Amino acid sequence: MGTTTNTPAPAPKTNRIGLQVIDYRGGKTTLCAGCGHNAISERIIDAMYEMGVQPERVAKLSGIGCSSKSPAYFMNRAHSLNSVHGRMPSVATGAMLANKDLIALGVTGDGDTVSIGVGQFVHLMRRNLPIIYVIEDNGCYGLTKGQFSATADLGSKLKSGVVNDLPPVDTCAMAIQLGATFVGRSFSGDKRQLHTMLKAAIAHRGTVMLDVVSPCVTFNDHEGSTKSYKYMQEHEEAVNEVSFVPSFEEINVDYDPGSTLEVTMHDGSSLRLRKMEEEYDPTDKISAVRRLMESHEKGEVLTGVFYINAKAPNFIDLLNVTDQPLATLPESVTRPSREVLAKCMEELQ
Amino acid sequence: MATTDIVPRGSSGQMGRKRVVNDMSIQVATVNGSGSQSSNTVLLRSIFQMGVPISGKNLFPSNIAGLPTWFTIRANKDGYIARKKEIDLLIAMNAETAQDDVKTLNPGAAVLYDEPLALDKLRNDLIFYAVPYDKLAATVGADAKLRKLIKNMIYVGVLAHLLEIDYAEVEKAIRKQFATKAKAATLNLAAAKAGHEYAAANLTKRDPFYIQRMDKTKGKIIVDGNSAAALGCMFAGCTVVTWYPITPSSSLVETMIDYMKEHRVGPDGKATFAIVQAEDELAAIGMVIGAAWAGARSMTATAGPGISLMAEFTGLAYFVEIPAVIWDIQRVGPSTGLPTRTSQGDVLSTAFLSHGDTKHILLFPNSVSECFSMAQEAFDLAEHFQTPVFVMSDLDLGMNNWMSDPFTYPEKPIDRGKVLTREDIEKAGSFARYKDVDGDGIGYRTLPGTEHPAAAYFARGSGHNERAQYSERPDDFERNMERLNKKFETARSFVPRPEVMTGAKAKVGIIAYGTSHWAIIESRDQLVNEHKLETDYLRVRSYPFTREIHDFIANHDRVYVVEQNRDGQMASLLKLDIKPELHPRLRSICHIHGLPIDARSVTDELMMMEGK
Repeated sequence: MGTTTNTPAPAPKTNRIGLQVIDYRGGKTTLCAGCGHNAISERIIDAMYEMGVQPERVAKLSGIGCSSKSPAYFMNRAHSLNSVHGRMPSVATGAMLANKDLIALGVTGDGDTVSIGVGQFVHLMRRNLPIIYVIEDNGCYGLTKGQFSATADLGSKLKSGVVNDLPPVDTCAMAIQLGATFVGRSFSGDKRQLHTMLKAAIAHRGTVMLDVVSPCVTFNDHEGSTKSYKYMQEHEEAVNEVSFVPSFEEINVDYDPGSTLEVTMHDGSSLRLRKMEEEYDPTDKISAVRRLMESHEKGEVLTGVFYINAKAPNFIDLLNVTDQPLATLPESVTRPSREVLAKCMEELQ
Repeated sequence: MATTDIVPRGSSGQMGRKRVVNDMSIQVATVNGSGSQSSNTVLLRSIFQMGVPISGKNLFPSNIAGLPTWFTIRANKDGYIARKKEIDLLIAMNAETAQDDVKTLNPGAAVLYDEPLALDKLRNDLIFYAVPYDKLAATVGADAKLRKLIKNMIYVGVLAHLLEIDYAEVEKAIRKQFATKAKAATLNLAAAKAGHEYAAANLTKRDPFYIQRMDKTKGKIIVDGNSAAALGCMFAGCTVVTWYPITPSSSLVETMIDYMKEHRVGPDGKATFAIVQAEDELAAIGMVIGAAWAGARSMTATAGPGISLMAEFTGLAYFVEIPAVIWDIQRVGPSTGLPTRTSQGDVLSTAFLSHGDTKHILLFPNSVSECFSMAQEAFDLAEHFQTPVFVMSDLDLGMNNWMSDPFTYPEKPIDRGKVLTREDIEKAGSFARYKDVDGDGIGYRTLPGTEHPAAAYFARGSGHNERAQYSERPDDFERNMERLNKKFETARSFVPRPEVMTGAKAKVGIIAYGTSHWAIIESRDQLVNEHKLETDYLRVRSYPFTREIHDFIANHDRVYVVEQNRDGQMASLLKLDIKPELHPRLRSICHIHGLPIDARSVTDELMMMEGK
């Protein structure tokens, strides 16, 4: 018998389903040190952990590019399909058709989405498929050494000094117009805002379109770039301050209904958007798009939740499929009877 | 344009010939959008109900209304249902093509024409019957708009009289055609009757063609290949269909939507399927792959241009090893080609679709019944081998009417392939996605959502090792590619075996596939009857090729590969597989004008190549 009592090591911190943050980690990143994408991977890990998402329920989907490699760097316990350039939306749609119980997380870049993949992006937004669609937006093609992408701002400069003379595509304005039901922009360096928006995204059942400005430290972080850390720190303008109370946590902070919009999410969570701009209404598509257009004139980079509609039916709702995922329906359900075939044959006689 | 080939005049005069019973081809020349489809179907069914084997082929333009359309019905007591090169009876309803249509007929053919067209002045070696359609339509009492449509039903009545089709069968066929439209049925019955009575009172039978009751269609069904495929896919347990409209494949999915809504909705009103019209073929195949990766039996249907667009994704599915079933209802390429004409022109490009070393399992249905049965084979092979499987139908099979025995209920249980459950992984502790555990080249997969910490793997189109980890190591890459090859070799003994007809120790062999089959069985009889040339025949039903095909080529001095493309694509594919010393035995008979291949053309060309 010992005379001293060993204090047991403190139990590791776990979330509401008993998992540790390590259970949400992925492989070691092979992206450049300081790449914004790595910070986004970290925020995804934290948000999934804090929301207590079963990692096996998540389907990570991506296209081609630096951003699309990143699903290998978080949540190893989730299945992942790294598909072809610009076509992740269709793969994600198929996966959700097969198993509506999955939580689809699409990770893409500005090249993947806005250039080669813009067609599929448009139709994904239209369908309001349940998916969290994250554009890791650095305004350039990192993996092919820094060419401009279609989100590069007018007048933005390449390292070589070449100036971009075409206007950028605003993915958020597009997504709002097309039918996405949760649209926002953040910055990989804005830890708190991105983290909160991702948690709210997990609670949404519909298309969440998040454009996250994520500087490319190797090819687009210099003076003259509008997607650099420095430029973002100087020009970021939030339209609202985002806070979120998950369904499983008690609400113990009051808010002022005059200055804050409370949105009840699909799972009962509460998304709170405190107005930073008097006139801004994130439930009004028209004013949201107008404000985004204005920001281009003024040279601001707007962030925050631009548009939210937590009640719109999503694509899977419209299909009215069985409760059990189509993927695992047994033969007894998917193969009609002999009598059905006999009837079909009779009709053809 | 006329749809028959010009043949020398006077080669087979039919004037004063004796009765020709249950052996004829009837061509109806109309304008598309004129409602002729219903009357053609009624005529086809009337003959079918008389017990005479038939086939119906629609030769239509890539247009919605106003361009020439031809519908050919072949009735043949011996069961030959391929397109017949010669037209015996022409029903000339289209002023625009009437002259050309008449000029290309063989002497002795009969022409039923709209009186004002005055076609009887064109030739004196044909039998002409004039019918005043407009006057007859007016007596039926329809309004001006409907008159145009019922004109077509009048010729059915006229022809029924001339061919001596039991008129009760015509009425029965009309009632079936308009089963849900009582008003239309009444009007069409009156129109057919007006034609029938007019013919009885005014036309003197001068042609030799007759339909007589026989018993060769009892219990048979009439259906197009796309509908048969739709049924097959429904009974194969398909759960996800994604598609983009393209002729001639659209009707496959559209028919499937109807069948699935009727038979695959549970008592709670919820569907056991999802059918999604995608934004293009790229998205259609992307959704198929996403759905199959997540565990659904998924498919799409398309045609050549869609196949070209699906190339990149097909490579992903091949390399990541995801099942997919793709129906290619082939039409004439290259490019937009002839969108409404038939072809077997996608064989080579589909066999190796996508960049890098890829090759795919292909199935070649020849009949509506194989469209039905190969649906399950395609899904089973796709899931068993975790790879895309293409079903190579064509427009002739997919969109035309074929007579068939009723389809038999699938007895074979559905094969979902090697899928590990949570319990399997629990037992094994871990798994390596791309490891060849069983020596057949096929790894085990898990589905997203499988609740075990070791269930997930990272599927990627980039180089990977057995554990699905990113790898650029030369040995990992080589080993993986060799295993994929082994998997393809394993498939040789799983794919449908060819149909072989041998027996006479013939020196000459014929190889064909798909719809060319119907011309071949007729041509082989012609070769024996007219040239005393016995042939053996092998019908390819799948790629990769099986042992029988090698043996067949080795056992014959000369092997004619008959197909409906320019370059002899199947012959080329065979040459990649067989021993080089056998190459000289293969001779190509190719047919590329977009109309279904006919026996006469095959027979003539084969005899020419035989040097006789």
